[in-house]
Amino acid sequence: MIISVASGKGGTGKTTVALNLALSLSNVQVQLLDCDVEEPNSHIFLNPVIEETKPAQTLVPKVNYELCDYCGKCAPACEYNALVVLPEKEVMVFPELCHGCGLCSLVCPQEAISEEPREIGVIKKGRSGDGKIDLVYGLLNIGEVKATPLIDQVKAELNPAKTVIIDVPPGTACPVIAAVQSTDYCILVTEPTPFGLYDLKLAVEVLRVLKIPFGIVVNKAGIGDRKVYEYCAKEGIPILLEIPHDKRIARYYSEGVPFVREMPEWEERFAGMMKSIKEYVG
Amino acid sequence: MRQLTVISGKGGTGKTTLVGSFAVLAENKVIADCDVDAPDLHLLLHPEILTKQEFKGVKIAVMDKTLCTECGTCEETCRFNAIASTEESGYAVNQARCEGCGACVFMCPQEALTLQERVSGYAFISKTKYGAMAHAQLNVAEEASGKLVTLVRENARQTAEKEGCELILIDGAPGIGCPVIASLGGVDLALIVTEPTQSGLHDLKRILSVVEHFSVKPSVCINKYDINEEVTGEIEAFCREKGTEIAGKILYDDTITKAMVAGVPVVAFESELKSTAAEEITLMWHRIERIIQQ
Ligand code: SF4
Ligand code: SF4
Ligand code: SF4
Ligand code: SF4
Repeated sequence: MIISVASGKGGTGKTTVALNLALSLSNVQVQLLDCDVEEPNSHIFLNPVIEETKPAQTLVPKVNYELCDYCGKCAPACEYNALVVLPEKEVMVFPELCHGCGLCSLVCPQEAISEEPREIGVIKKGRSGDGKIDLVYGLLNIGEVKATPLIDQVKAELNPAKTVIIDVPPGTACPVIAAVQSTDYCILVTEPTPFGLYDLKLAVEVLRVLKIPFGIVVNKAGIGDRKVYEYCAKEGIPILLEIPHDKRIARYYSEGVPFVREMPEWEERFAGMMKSIKEYVG
Repeated sequence: MRQLTVISGKGGTGKTTLVGSFAVLAENKVIADCDVDAPDLHLLLHPEILTKQEFKGVKIAVMDKTLCTECGTCEETCRFNAIASTEESGYAVNQARCEGCGACVFMCPQEALTLQERVSGYAFISKTKYGAMAHAQLNVAEEASGKLVTLVRENARQTAEKEGCELILIDGAPGIGCPVIASLGGVDLALIVTEPTQSGLHDLKRILSVVEHFSVKPSVCINKYDINEEVTGEIEAFCREKGTEIAGKILYDDTITKAMVAGVPVVAFESELKSTAAEEITLMWHRIERIIQQ
């Protein structure tokens, strides 16, 4: 089973839920995929032993000047303005703009364009200190603009024999789609505040478009107002769990400690949530 | 004209709360909400929309099924797995995955595919109690678009010129990718909002290298600094080592959430108790004003 944990915006406690859930499942093997490749945080809490680090790559065009006759056909074909042809001189490639679609090499009448790999980040694979959880996370290089290819590559490490939990990047745009797509269930984490509610509604829209079943975890319950609850009741969205606004939980989070480790009574609650999700997914 | 952008590696650190309050405190400015993916500033500033503009940022492949002979070339060509076929309905483009690159269009022997522009969001120019505001909403499931951020900033710039404003106050996008890079270009100061947690410190380090990569002057705000004063100390030490100024520190204060529920910026929130956060934000704003005038 593949469960994604998402939220309309960052900082709502998505990583907290993903991690504590992973740590509460004692009788299954768990793989945690941190797809928040712009700001991955899971490893801070798990202190994993990293067993493998490999470069994540996309393809960029490379021009063979022995074949190129500067006809200029490649540049206007590129939808992302990643190519400029300087007549009789050079074909300039802007790698950050290139999506690696391969169109320019198809277009070139001289077959002068081949492709070469370019590193956009790294993928790290490891295991939590106690050996219980497999962790895979991606780290996007500074200055890179596109997270999606790296997210796809993190997801390619998915082990279907395990219970897989995916930490989804925040927001409602492309990277989120890449991470939640083809998961069996999505846990949406929100705060009971006006900001939380607004961003939750956007996230719900995404999941409805993708037809992925979902339920809500209310984090920092007790702050704000009741509008998130009213919205969920009206829309018939199940509230799976409430995590109270609690100084101890906030403190453990700030120290980089998953709170179930210090508050074991919560293990049962997370495991119970998983059980009801499993029953729902069937 | 000066430009200040407020960012945070992750979002949810109080960035919008700060921008909302700065909007009250700053004079003669235009406000720009560049968090186009999950914009929240309007919940505090209640803009009255004056103009609404369609945003056509990305194209998408559209298939004319009457011309398609099911040859499968397009599926083979597409690098983004955006074309697949099913038993019942044959080949189709998956809108959520298509990046509009045009490779399939070029390769289709039947000319059954075309690239078409589509509306992927809206940009607005509005007025608020505290001045003009440029903002936007990206439709869900679209590319996290730096282009829409650029459009919002351009709208803000034009409005500022027209109205003779000296400052653009930007609520930046989260993350380190395209939208945040678009909210950083050419600004005079990037205020990074962080929280004293291990993950906050980690995110701060990453976003700070992005800010430096684009040669923008950074300054740091530690929000809820009393949650963990040891980590606050670590952040301060890190900033000292980097030579990055700390513009201010804000105590954890319930009033911030209360003001948010009431839908007003915390510095404009009338509460029976004096809010320490509001005072600290006001002090910080005066410090930032000095920094951007330098
Ligand atoms: S299309 Fe090929 S031959 Fe023409 S300018 Fe580009 S690389 Fe050179
Ligand atoms: S591979 Fe695609 S995106 Fe990259 S330069 Fe060529 S046409 Fe442009
Ligand atoms: S390449 Fe053209 S004709 Fe062939 S399956 Fe695709 S759309 Fe149909
Ligand atoms: S336009 Fe590009 S991404 Fe979209 S379906 Fe065609 S080949 Fe795939």
